[in-house]
Amino acid sequence: MSERQIRNMTVNFGPQHPAAHGVLRLVLEMDGEVVERADPHIGLLHRGTEKLIEYKTYLQAVPYFDRLDYVAPMNQEHAYALAVEALLGLEIPERAQYIRVLYSEISRIANHLMNICTMALDVGAMTPFFWGFEERERTMEFYERASGSRLHAAYFRPGGVAYDLPPDLLSDIGGWNEAFPKVIDDIENVLTENRIFKQRTVDIGILSAQEAFDWGLTGSVLRASGVSWDLRRNQPYEVYSELDFGVPVGSNGDCYERYLVRMEEMRQCVKIIAQCLEKMPEGPVKVQDNKITPPSRAVMKESMEALIHHFKLYTEGYHVPAGEVYRAVEAPKGEFGVYLVADGTNRPYRCKIRAPGFAHLQVLDHMSKGHMLADAVANLASMDIVFGEIDR
Amino acid sequence: MAEAGVWSTYFYPLFLTIGYILAIVVPLMLVLAFITYFERKVWAAIQLRKGPNVVGPFGLLQPVADGIKCLFKETIVPAGANRMLFVLAPMVTFSLGLIGWAVIPFDEHLVLADLNVGLLYLFAVSSLGVYGIIIAGWASNSKYAFLGALRSAAQMVSYEVSIGFVLVTVLLCVGSLNLNAIVEAQRGLWFFIPLFPMFVIYFVSALAETNRTPFDLPEAEGELVAGYQVEYSSMTWLLFMMGEYANIVLLSGLSVILFLGGWLPPFHVEPLMAVPGVVWFLLKTAVVVFFFTWTRATLPRYRYDQLMRLGWKVFLPASLAMVVIVAGALHAFDWLPR
Repeated sequence: MSERQIRNMTVNFGPQHPAAHGVLRLVLEMDGEVVERADPHIGLLHRGTEKLIEYKTYLQAVPYFDRLDYVAPMNQEHAYALAVEALLGLEIPERAQYIRVLYSEISRIANHLMNICTMALDVGAMTPFFWGFEERERTMEFYERASGSRLHAAYFRPGGVAYDLPPDLLSDIGGWNEAFPKVIDDIENVLTENRIFKQRTVDIGILSAQEAFDWGLTGSVLRASGVSWDLRRNQPYEVYSELDFGVPVGSNGDCYERYLVRMEEMRQCVKIIAQCLEKMPEGPVKVQDNKITPPSRAVMKESMEALIHHFKLYTEGYHVPAGEVYRAVEAPKGEFGVYLVADGTNRPYRCKIRAPGFAHLQVLDHMSKGHMLADAVANLASMDIVFGEIDR
Repeated sequence: MAEAGVWSTYFYPLFLTIGYILAIVVPLMLVLAFITYFERKVWAAIQLRKGPNVVGPFGLLQPVADGIKCLFKETIVPAGANRMLFVLAPMVTFSLGLIGWAVIPFDEHLVLADLNVGLLYLFAVSSLGVYGIIIAGWASNSKYAFLGALRSAAQMVSYEVSIGFVLVTVLLCVGSLNLNAIVEAQRGLWFFIPLFPMFVIYFVSALAETNRTPFDLPEAEGELVAGYQVEYSSMTWLLFMMGEYANIVLLSGLSVILFLGGWLPPFHVEPLMAVPGVVWFLLKTAVVVFFFTWTRATLPRYRYDQLMRLGWKVFLPASLAMVVIVAGALHAFDWLPR
């Protein structure tokens, strides 16, 4: 009898796969149902964002950040706006800060809803997906009412926010914010104590705190591994230091705890939104320096100087003093950072983007090895991966 | 004279039987079509959606539209597939889904074949169901389909064992394999009351047997895209779906016969007795089908090894123990049917 070589089966998981969360191509080497190696292939959504930004003025670069993590667009703009403001040495008005925090938290809810519901869908529970997306739609309506656009808002701009909020929007957000915890409860009812859901997620894809550090994980994933680290609290920006909120921390670092941490973060978001609505001051929503932010339409009709400012801003843009800066925000997926090198012209010399999803994807092989195919899917879903920011 | 003899001994019964078969199969196909509509409406209600509401009044013609769409689409056979087996597999699934109905009694005497081994026949037919899936998974020459077929084969075989023991307990209580006799035996008390644990085991095993949530691993969307059906399209795919739904309704009907008193009314009082048995049978089946649908909207999916563990380490010992307990009780209290 001749000896026969037994070869593992290689399965091409994606890029057209219902659980691939976008355009992930995962080459799985499988021994029956057990994953031996998970090899993510990235780059199918590469658009050259970082290079493109080098050829745009500082204002024109803003919309590119919406297109990174398109599940929670405003958080990316936020990091960029903070970086440019740091280079310019700007302090934005308080109302703008509150609006930014308010919308960052609305985005966080939108993001976590997407993640939790698709994770439930990936482990087979169909219904939470529809319940969650009903609410996600509401958050997008708030986006639209503030910025005119459901997804690609371009609302947080260096110097403040693009426009003031329309009347009634704040009270509508307040009404929604009060009703929303009911939806979280509903989703918890069908998932949190569901025995099948727990069997599918508890002790799956465990990451220790040390592993999380080693692989550069941030955000909910890091916190689920038992590290209490949240940029909103540890390196407060905007008005976060004046707000009262908790940072949920897990201990085991498995898929189930990542889910629990995100659920609790949504409840904390609700709390932050309520405080923002309560404390929101009146006043301007951008710095009153027409070298940086455009003058109002009404003034432009009267003032020659304002018209010139407007023209200069939207053609040449503003010049940013030479320097380097790194600014990071606690985006829903983790630490989203922008490293900006300015050379004194109207365009950035270099813009490096630190996307949390990129670090989260690289750990997939490590955490899925030896698990079954179904667990690899749960792991992938629990890492909260969006390809816009990974491929950039 | 001789010609008349041939006519009355061969052709007349043949045409009669074909007529009976059509009388069962045609309404059954309609029911299958509208079960998809029913399912989608139930899910829609659970998931805050509207469900089909565009084609026809209340979207009632949606199943028809779906059927026509599938009929007119091109049947794609993948390049590396085994052509004959690839086309054969959905046919096998579909016909096995239909032939089980031959022994189902819709009313006291309304049954195509009043077999004395009706229960065994049904058991045999549902066991054969796995062939369609295995053939499909192998003939598609696709890794997803292959994995799906393997999962499905393992799953159906494991849960068939516990279904077998459930059937044995019912058999012990009735003393006959004839489905009509089983229904008659429940005149006083429906079996789901004394045999409640078996009813639960039967229902869960039926979910696994028909590859429904939480046991829909063979076609797990998040993992295997569509499992063994991944390469199928148009009419071949439609046959798979029809076969699958025929199986769901068949197993629901069987659970009605085994545990819920078949065509018997719930109480033996006059207005209820006047309603024909067919109506009771169909109503009860619809309720069980609703439970199938409800489960699918509520539960996540098991993992492969968890499913096998549940089948072999929980259901098998439990059903085996119940067989012993039921047999012991019947013997001890002298309740054995004679």
